[in-house]
Amino acid sequence: MKVLIPTPLRSYTQHAWVEAGGATLAEVLKDLDRQYPGIRFRMINEQDQMRRHVRFFVNGDAVFDLLLPLKPTDELCIVQALSGG
Amino acid sequence: MVRRTTKASAQNPKRSARAAARTKPARRALVLVATRKGAWLFHGDAARRTWRADGPHFLGHIVNHLVLDPRDGRTLLAAAKTGHLGPTVFCSTDFGRTWKEATKPPAFAKAADGSGRSVDHTFWLTPAHANEPNVWYAGTSPQGLFRSDDGGITWAPFSYINDDPTYREWMGTVQDGTPDGPKLHSIIIDPRDPKHLYFGMSGGGVHESLDGGKTFAPLIKGMQVVEGFDASVVTFHDPHCVRMCPSNPDRLYQQNHCGIYRLDRPDNEWVRIGRAMPKKVGDIGFTMVVHPRDDNTAWVLPMDGQTVWPRTSPDGKPSVYVTRNGGKTWHRLDAGLPQQQAWWTIKRQAMSVDARDPVGLYFGTTSGELWMSRDGGAKWACFARNLPEIYAVEAAELA
Repeated sequence: MKVLIPTPLRSYTQHAWVEAGGATLAEVLKDLDRQYPGIRFRMINEQDQMRRHVRFFVNGDAVFDLLLPLKPTDELCIVQALSGG
Repeated sequence: MVRRTTKASAQNPKRSARAAARTKPARRALVLVATRKGAWLFHGDAARRTWRADGPHFLGHIVNHLVLDPRDGRTLLAAAKTGHLGPTVFCSTDFGRTWKEATKPPAFAKAADGSGRSVDHTFWLTPAHANEPNVWYAGTSPQGLFRSDDGGITWAPFSYINDDPTYREWMGTVQDGTPDGPKLHSIIIDPRDPKHLYFGMSGGGVHESLDGGKTFAPLIKGMQVVEGFDASVVTFHDPHCVRMCPSNPDRLYQQNHCGIYRLDRPDNEWVRIGRAMPKKVGDIGFTMVVHPRDDNTAWVLPMDGQTVWPRTSPDGKPSVYVTRNGGKTWHRLDAGLPQQQAWWTIKRQAMSVDARDPVGLYFGTTSGELWMSRDGGAKWACFARNLPEIYAVEAAELA
């Protein structure tokens, strides 16, 4: 599926849009980390929880469950929720 | 000339060391600056008079510590995160021209029951013993101790303390720690024995291991806590910065939330040497550095610890204080520093000392100014300003 990478994480991908595969959000993030080592830990902590300021949107809907099933035609947008100065 | 030096060496090792320092080939100075918005490398000439700023590196990243490995003189490690992404460690072997990210940054073990902790940021980096090349230790927030055996590329929890129930109790909660999270810091390796380690926790006291981390024990006797609390409870202790004297590894100094201390091993009771500071200034602060060749000499940068604890320069008049007799007396060193209306805060990692003779001292303020002295603190000069909030300053030398 197509994945939109936010600017703070493009040092890993070098591109705004990348391709990643998986049957769940967790699997897609794992595939991203396989392609771009280190990127997952910046978004998901060691307890497998989404980091506080990282949000995932699938086809425009916010997703909070890493085990959510995904289809290859879905579009995943990763968003940085900026706050503070 | 050579004969005279040899004779001096036999009669007076300190004089000999000074003479040797003067005759060594000139080395370039390097000051590593970690800030809330990135890192800078300040390259100095041999005389430490002109400086070239190289940076920002990792603009927008919160960099808590930037350290050069003295064992190879070229490996740099940076503890970084952004305000919105998880923490990581970057490594460079070409003084920041290129950086390589850790493939496995410090991270706690996953707990099946959901009670596990998550590293918010790596706070402190310490190269291990000279006989353990590529080994590094890291302290994190919340308090965790980690080790890398491959120059900072992969990290693993070190020792048992990260998950030990007693240590977890001593670490307290996030609310017990410093405003941006409780921290494990001041990881110190005895140069005589790689298995002899110390670390400090804010909060959670000072701890020592004699067996390479298999066991640790608190080392808090003599340390005071905030009024009304029980000093026998490890949780309440808040060492801000612990230093070991390179010339005498049996002597430790400490700037604590509650005073300045010295400890001479094998004794295990800290002595509050800050009692000898002027009453109007007090002995509260964050940072402390020690002389590379004289275990009686140490410097502090006092912060106002009265009433609501502003932790700014007392009376708006910043000064470094030095002791040259192990803490019996202290002397004010403020020549060149602002004489009024300078409400500085200097954090625990933001002061450093080089190994020159005379010694160079460096510190950075949270208002983004870098100051230095080429003469042990007798005179001060600002050599960079308008930087972001400075978290850490480390002096190093390049061949």
